[in-house]
Amino acid sequence: MCEQIIPADQDPGAAWAGVVNYIDRQLCGPLRRLRETYRAGIAAVEESSGRLHAKSFADLNSQKQIEFLRGMETGTASGEAWKKIASAEFFGLVIDHTMQGFYGDPRHGGNRDGVSWKMLGLPYPPIRGRQKYDLTKL
Amino acid sequence: MALKHVNAVVVGGGAGGGVVAKELAVAGLSVVVLERGKWYTPFDDRKDDLRNQRTCVLGNSFGPDEERNPRVFVDSRGGEHLSRSNEYTYSNNAACVGGGTLSYGAMAWRFLEKDFRMRSTYGPVEGSTLEDWPISYADLEPFYEKAEWEIGVSGDDSNNVFRATRRRALPMPPLPPNREHQMLKPAAQRLGLHPFDIPMLRNSVPYNGRAACMRCRWCCGFSCEVDAKCGTQNTVIPTALKTGNCELRLDCIAKEVLTNAQGRVTGVAYFDGDERLQEQSADLVVVSGSAVESARLLLNSKSRLFPNGLGNRYDWVGRNLQGHAYTGAVGLFGHDTYDDLGPGASIAICDYNHGNPGFVGGGLLANEFIRLPYQLAGLGVPGVRRWGAARKEFMRQYYRRSIYIMGPVQEMPVFDARVEVDPRVKDHWGIPVARLSGHRHENDVAGAKFLASKAEAWLKEAGAERTVAFDWVSRDSLSGGQHQAGTCRMGDDPKTSVVDRYCRVHDVDNLYVIDGSVHVTNGGFNPVLTIMANAYRASDNLVKSWKGTHGRS
Repeated sequence: MCEQIIPADQDPGAAWAGVVNYIDRQLCGPLRRLRETYRAGIAAVEESSGRLHAKSFADLNSQKQIEFLRGMETGTASGEAWKKIASAEFFGLVIDHTMQGFYGDPRHGGNRDGVSWKMLGLPYPPIRGRQKYDLTKL
Repeated sequence: MALKHVNAVVVGGGAGGGVVAKELAVAGLSVVVLERGKWYTPFDDRKDDLRNQRTCVLGNSFGPDEERNPRVFVDSRGGEHLSRSNEYTYSNNAACVGGGTLSYGAMAWRFLEKDFRMRSTYGPVEGSTLEDWPISYADLEPFYEKAEWEIGVSGDDSNNVFRATRRRALPMPPLPPNREHQMLKPAAQRLGLHPFDIPMLRNSVPYNGRAACMRCRWCCGFSCEVDAKCGTQNTVIPTALKTGNCELRLDCIAKEVLTNAQGRVTGVAYFDGDERLQEQSADLVVVSGSAVESARLLLNSKSRLFPNGLGNRYDWVGRNLQGHAYTGAVGLFGHDTYDDLGPGASIAICDYNHGNPGFVGGGLLANEFIRLPYQLAGLGVPGVRRWGAARKEFMRQYYRRSIYIMGPVQEMPVFDARVEVDPRVKDHWGIPVARLSGHRHENDVAGAKFLASKAEAWLKEAGAERTVAFDWVSRDSLSGGQHQAGTCRMGDDPKTSVVDRYCRVHDVDNLYVIDGSVHVTNGGFNPVLTIMANAYRASDNLVKSWKGTHGRS
């Protein structure tokens, strides 16, 4: 799902950048209040996908996955499970967290090797003056 | 054991309280400052784009912490929500020594003359408690100057033809222009506007024993790595402590202001860092907790003589909560505009602060502080999906090719936009929490629309291929936020205000409120320099009328 939100192209996508790792870590930390939301949301995705395609979401081809997510986004995704949490709401949450994991600081478990910053041409290290001096040569 | 009696207790060591503490301590009064947060050094702030005072999806770096300090937010349909301090509805301001001034963007605006006379200038506005300030720009001018020189402001507003007169130029020159500045300045001039260098509470050259800005991208929302940003935590508060007359107590949560049978204030009850209830007695009390928390403390200070809370005889405490209706536009360019030169914001115009067609007031427009990648990831752009390949391509193409122009619209005070104390919800210490409810005035929406269109025009003139105006200001939303103000209005009439022109609570002669709460209107500007200047002014009067301990001033 995250990989469809930020797919790999000439630059790596959400999966390679470790966005799922980011979300997992935050659900054990600052976002732990959202654990139930994620459980219900993921269960609903699976139920809904199973009923539509008789397959798990992860096993759908890319085209079908995108269609499915558009359905979630517009709230037309079908399924009993969406009564617990609205599909658009859950998808909005995942989009936001995916952006955080991909574009945010690597210390939180995503943005592996600062991959999004490289993609955007944002110089690293983040503070001018830091790490500019090779202390081994003093 | 009872704490030693002091002359003054200041609740809150932010923009207002820091200045007051210094002025009183230098004048020889013994002062205790109760600060709910900690004192951070520049090294305590990780440069974390998901956890800072501006983008706090993973929490606030300078508090208050998300678990122990809830508030209740009432939405436009009457639904009650428990709000955490990193949610938008919370209207957070940092909880630390320096308050918001540790991590702010540090724009240092003087209000204009008309900003103090909004009612006289525009007449009454339906649905608003719009009023003139009881003081004028001229009353505040010497204290603006004092704030600019003592705390330290760089910039150059000599090209701002709309500014009010100043006797003395700013102490420091502006930082050299960044690329956005170089693009926007000629564009504004071609449009007949009057661009100038934003005054900033930031060292552009070494000043007051601290270094100059090193121009990194981690500015607004962060504490300064080289301590070049000037807040009360690195200026007036250290000065206050150096006098030996001032004690700063950290991690202290004020519970209530105590009064005696004569209706005078006797001190403050608070929980210290070990969560023990303490009483600090004092000759006078200054409340400087910013608009939400100051109102909450007064409302929580109930007694037989003050059954509705202190200063609240006529139900004005907590009313008129305002901030700024932020608006603007983003311009997308065909070439790089990003040069990684902080702080980013550098050029502004005041052409639209007053005299605009169809609405009252207006606001400044300025380019924005540097946007970190996540801040652009959620930008709503018509025709670009929020997710998928197209969004990624948009980020790749435009992160370095976008300019934001933003501005704070001067808000019309609304009586029902208010802070109360919640009847049920209590914080970690058992103190009733702030309950925020109400809405904005329609005028703010009109102003936001107008300013956004002007921002678009400016960006187009600067060569933007495409512009997107922001339209998030709606009547149903409640204002407040970091620029929170208005909840303890200053005025001459005790029936329609909370404090007098010297910030003394009308019916309690040794209780003061000195922070943004007293602002009658909040200007079309970031309010911090006005809070500081007014704190200098109120302290000046307080010191002059001080007749010693137990004296009736």
